Amino acid sequence: MRKAFVPLLIAAGLMLAYAPVMIAQGAFEQSMGLVSKIMYFHAPSGMVMLLSAIVCGISSALYLWKKNPAHDRLAMASAELTVLFGLLVIGTGPLWAKKAWGIWWDWEPRLTMTFVGWLISVSYLFVRKYAGPGSDKLGAALAVFGTVNVPFIYVSVNVWRTLHPKTTVVPTLPPGMRGPFWFCALTLFLLYLVLLTARVHLERQQSALDELYLAQED
Amino acid sequence: MKRRALIALCSALVAAVLIAAPVRAAQPPTGQPPTGQSEFVPMKDLPPSEQIPAATLLVAGYSFIWIAVAVYVWTIWRRLNKVEAEMRSLAQKTAHR
Repeated sequence: MRKAFVPLLIAAGLMLAYAPVMIAQGAFEQSMGLVSKIMYFHAPSGMVMLLSAIVCGISSALYLWKKNPAHDRLAMASAELTVLFGLLVIGTGPLWAKKAWGIWWDWEPRLTMTFVGWLISVSYLFVRKYAGPGSDKLGAALAVFGTVNVPFIYVSVNVWRTLHPKTTVVPTLPPGMRGPFWFCALTLFLLYLVLLTARVHLERQQSALDELYLAQED
Repeated sequence: MKRRALIALCSALVAAVLIAAPVRAAQPPTGQPPTGQSEFVPMKDLPPSEQIPAATLLVAGYSFIWIAVAVYVWTIWRRLNKVEAEMRSLAQKTAHR
């Protein structure tokens, strides 16, 4: 992964720079108008947020099982990225909602469960920072619970009657929207990989520093 | 005797409140509901002062994304620099010993 970092960084940077052009050229939904173009980054941010929460949960479960610090580092990095991409989803969603629904926020199942999922990731970071010794295992257990929430977030729009569009919207996008949408989704996925690699590297360096301090004390 | 009467009176009052609350809640609303809460108003029928231009929201949305990502990248870079500087300083201290 470290060898692939520079090519990934270049690809993600170029795609991120080109994304506005794709978005500008992309079609918008007729009834909602121009504001529906927020979807090109809003929905992929949601996908990456859920993916990141799954990565965090699986690596946390592996850490609890095998006690390998590399899994813990990956979980820590993923949790932080879940918070970042969750912030993008929760931040852009209300802008779309205000125009489409006439309200900034509604406590309907999809929005509420996404918010709860985001709060679980935030609480993971708080536990890791402030809970002291044993916070790694406590945080890992919390992350596993956070992952259990992911399928509920995904199916919430199909199971309950909500204002939010259903999951069938993405597979049935018209050709004018499909290209820009998947371009943006790939851009955010690459961005996630780049940030994850950088964040794991930071965790690794932090562990090395802690070991240096311990060696000096001995 | 007085105490018993007082307890009975209090019990009757509590029972009355407990029964009256759901009955009151079940009553259909009377009079006109407040403006804006009566029924769905299509966005196009809203007065211009209540409408927000789509382009403003779109620009706000994408600016928010770009700024959030840039700030996060900056925090990673800053933390990494701090840790690596600390490692170098620690290595120098160990070498001096």
